[in-house]
Amino acid sequence: MVGLQPYLVVSALLFFIGAAGVVSRKNVFILLMSVELMLNGVNLSFIAFARFLRDFDGQVIVFLVIALAAAEAAIGLSILILLYRNKESLDTGDYDLLRR
Amino acid sequence: MLETVLFYLLSIAAVTGGLMTITRRHPLSAALWLVVSFLSLAGLYALLAAQLVAIVQVLVYAGAILALVVFVIMLLNVREADLPADEGFLGNLALALVGIVPVAFVVIRSILALPGSAFLPVAPDYGFIQPFGMHLFQDWLFPFEMVSILLTVAVVGAVVLAKRRI
Repeated sequence: MVGLQPYLVVSALLFFIGAAGVVSRKNVFILLMSVELMLNGVNLSFIAFARFLRDFDGQVIVFLVIALAAAEAAIGLSILILLYRNKESLDTGDYDLLRR
Repeated sequence: MLETVLFYLLSIAAVTGGLMTITRRHPLSAALWLVVSFLSLAGLYALLAAQLVAIVQVLVYAGAILALVVFVIMLLNVREADLPADEGFLGNLALALVGIVPVAFVVIRSILALPGSAFLPVAPDYGFIQPFGMHLFQDWLFPFEMVSILLTVAVVGAVVLAKRRI
């Protein structure tokens, strides 16, 4: 029988893997996907706590977070299309308009 | 017993998918590894008796959001030469780990120090769509409406941003 803690460990691992991806990669696509990975790590701990406390609040929050992630992906990807159209590059180092 | 085996299989798949996602060079293979991770997470949600959320995870996350990501990658027609060189990736990753590993260590140690964590049995309809909907539309009605406004804003914003001429 698996308890609460193993689920929380998996959730923390996913979150930190996502965080490592966000700070170490330069490809914008992989940056976006790492953010999704962090969101999913947090979702897993919400679901595990909902099961542990035997109520629905955690599941409802995850439901709302998934809707939010859909909105984030739509906006993020359209911004990314604009960036690629203007800079012809996927490298975050090339988007330096604000520090020149 | 079966639950334990499934838990370990699914969580290894989820963590491996995450690791592969952040280390792939081409975004398309990263996206496909992310699908692996999300589908295993749906399995973990089902193990936690959250049937509806598991289905939504497969339909919306692995289905819609990642299909959108793959679609945009294909649409931009990214060639091997257009990809960032990422020559300092391993160095950056090592630097990132210097910051992240201590935090992760503290978090995981404090998780393992939590007292009494066995799951108690739940009602037979826990996680089903009817009690979930009752809860969502009674106690969480305002956040739900906020999310619908947010989605409308996102749709309008995406069209405004991506279209050349409106």
